[in-house]
Amino acid sequence: MGKYIIQRLVLGIPTLLGLTLLIFFTFRVIVPVDVIDVAVFDTEVVDEERDQRLREEFGLTGPLPVQYVRWLGNTLTGDSGTSFFTGRSVTEEMVNRIPTSIQMGGGALIISIVFAVPFGLLSAAKQDSWLDYITRGGSIMFYALPGFWIGTLVLVFGGKWFNWAPPIAYVTPWEDPWGNFKHVITPMLILGLSPIGIQTRLVRTQVLEVMRQDYVRTARAKGLRSSTVYWKHILKNALLPVVTVVGLSVPSVVGGTVIFETVFLVPGVGRYLLESLTRLDLYVIMATNLFFGALLVFMNIVVDVSYGLIDPRVRIASGD
Amino acid sequence: MTISEVSLQESYLLRKEPSAWTAPTRWLWMLLRRKPLGFSGLVILAIFVLSAVFAKWVAPYSYTQPDFMARLEGPSMAHLLGTDNLGRDLLSRVIYGTRVSFGISFAAVVLAKTLATLMALISGYYGGWFDKLFQRLVDIWISLPTLVILITLIGVLGQGATTMIVVVGLGNAPNASRLVRSIVVSVREEPYIMAAECLGASHMRIMFRHMLPNIAHIVIFSATVTLGSTILIVASLGFLGYGIPPPQPDLGAMLSGDGLEFMRRHPYMAFWPGVAITLIVFAFNVLGDALRDVLDPRLRGG
Repeated sequence: MGKYIIQRLVLGIPTLLGLTLLIFFTFRVIVPVDVIDVAVFDTEVVDEERDQRLREEFGLTGPLPVQYVRWLGNTLTGDSGTSFFTGRSVTEEMVNRIPTSIQMGGGALIISIVFAVPFGLLSAAKQDSWLDYITRGGSIMFYALPGFWIGTLVLVFGGKWFNWAPPIAYVTPWEDPWGNFKHVITPMLILGLSPIGIQTRLVRTQVLEVMRQDYVRTARAKGLRSSTVYWKHILKNALLPVVTVVGLSVPSVVGGTVIFETVFLVPGVGRYLLESLTRLDLYVIMATNLFFGALLVFMNIVVDVSYGLIDPRVRIASGD
Repeated sequence: MTISEVSLQESYLLRKEPSAWTAPTRWLWMLLRRKPLGFSGLVILAIFVLSAVFAKWVAPYSYTQPDFMARLEGPSMAHLLGTDNLGRDLLSRVIYGTRVSFGISFAAVVLAKTLATLMALISGYYGGWFDKLFQRLVDIWISLPTLVILITLIGVLGQGATTMIVVVGLGNAPNASRLVRSIVVSVREEPYIMAAECLGASHMRIMFRHMLPNIAHIVIFSATVTLGSTILIVASLGFLGYGIPPPQPDLGAMLSGDGLEFMRRHPYMAFWPGVAITLIVFAFNVLGDALRDVLDPRLRGG
């Protein structure tokens, strides 16, 4: 297994390099704006000396490949540069914001699994019953509902009927667990909606797949009760697909955190990215994208490793 | 992976030329009888597409025309869905908003599918090192947070219809090419390809005269489903402020926080655009499912 994990980690490196290169060069080559103009604000006064000094301060001098490698080296040693806009260290901001985003995304993922897995299993067990139709229709509906619309509706009707608005000041769970919970639970629930749709659907398909296997037919042919077959033979083998399902919904949750952190004023990595986009804050944008990319690469590895842990066949096939 | 891609993955085996494909009326009738939900999706889409295409005649007002005497009005005979904070007719704005959403999503999907088909044909047909390298790149792209990257690129490049089409189209192409390639690889083993090779047909001729027609209907069918998720992405971008700049109405932007104060006083503003997006995405998905089931009986109920 160890060898396998290392192999996956090594494959993750070009992925993240590609991602940061893409963003860096889009920024520095395609965009017609000089980043330093945005950083300076005051473009009326042409002060070449000051611009040059700022360029040096922000590490924007020299050929582009050199700039990129310099950024990469600094990031690897834990210094992701400074924000053009606030002048604060990007690394520090990220360290403060990452736990918040993980809490949001992780919570949403758990909520969606708690709802989706039972419904998916039930829907597959009672295939073509009214329960199955409702679940299938419902899962497509959940997927089709734009999460940001639900967010807007919650803000609108929460304000109209209950005089509720998301708290402006964010508190960490260490300072005030209840206050933090009250702030985070709403976006978390809404963020979980769309994954519920995808996951229910996937769990159902995967369980149906297992049901068509030969060993299930054999178990039935032996005369076992269908509930025994379902619980003992099918569910055990459907555990693996469930892991896949969780892995597959991570990207949509990550995309959702960007939206819901902004809507509900949660100071996470996603909101940091959106705030910086309008200001063309190069290093913040690079760092946040790198974080999201690395998170996905990591989650993919976690999913692959859990395959091996659950299913001995995968372990043998990967030569370990 | 989205729900639509899942249903695509389920359907990649689908490559038999269905006989019903030839007679549209018969085919519609079959859809209505066997897949009422899918048929309702088709009807919803037809209504939205027709009103978007003929917006100029369908929409009762212009989307920019303010009427300060009729601000924040509820539904009435004059304004079927009410008016917004500037007294603009919400029905007209939703219709023009769908027009924009459809236009951008359609162009992006066409770009994505064309690129995907070209790359998949070349990669799947020739195989070898090029195929391996290309598949590695696709793997890398698929393992990345696509929505975040799309937002970043559009944020950096600046908003606008062309930017959106190009970025969303290019961003979707690798995902689509994986599906198409898997079909190309299986079509490549068909006897008629070998026959064409034996007759001395060139690579180009085999790819574009023999393989393309046999994968085209899958590409078109999969586009139906991809359109649904693309419309959702385009609306999300609009919501975040990276859609089409005003005064063009954008379904996503119409829901975003700027109008929140007005929406509190007048929830209709927050209601209709969301209903439109939901209906469209829902319709694309149920239609896609139904098409898959009708066209390939082996996958029914999957």
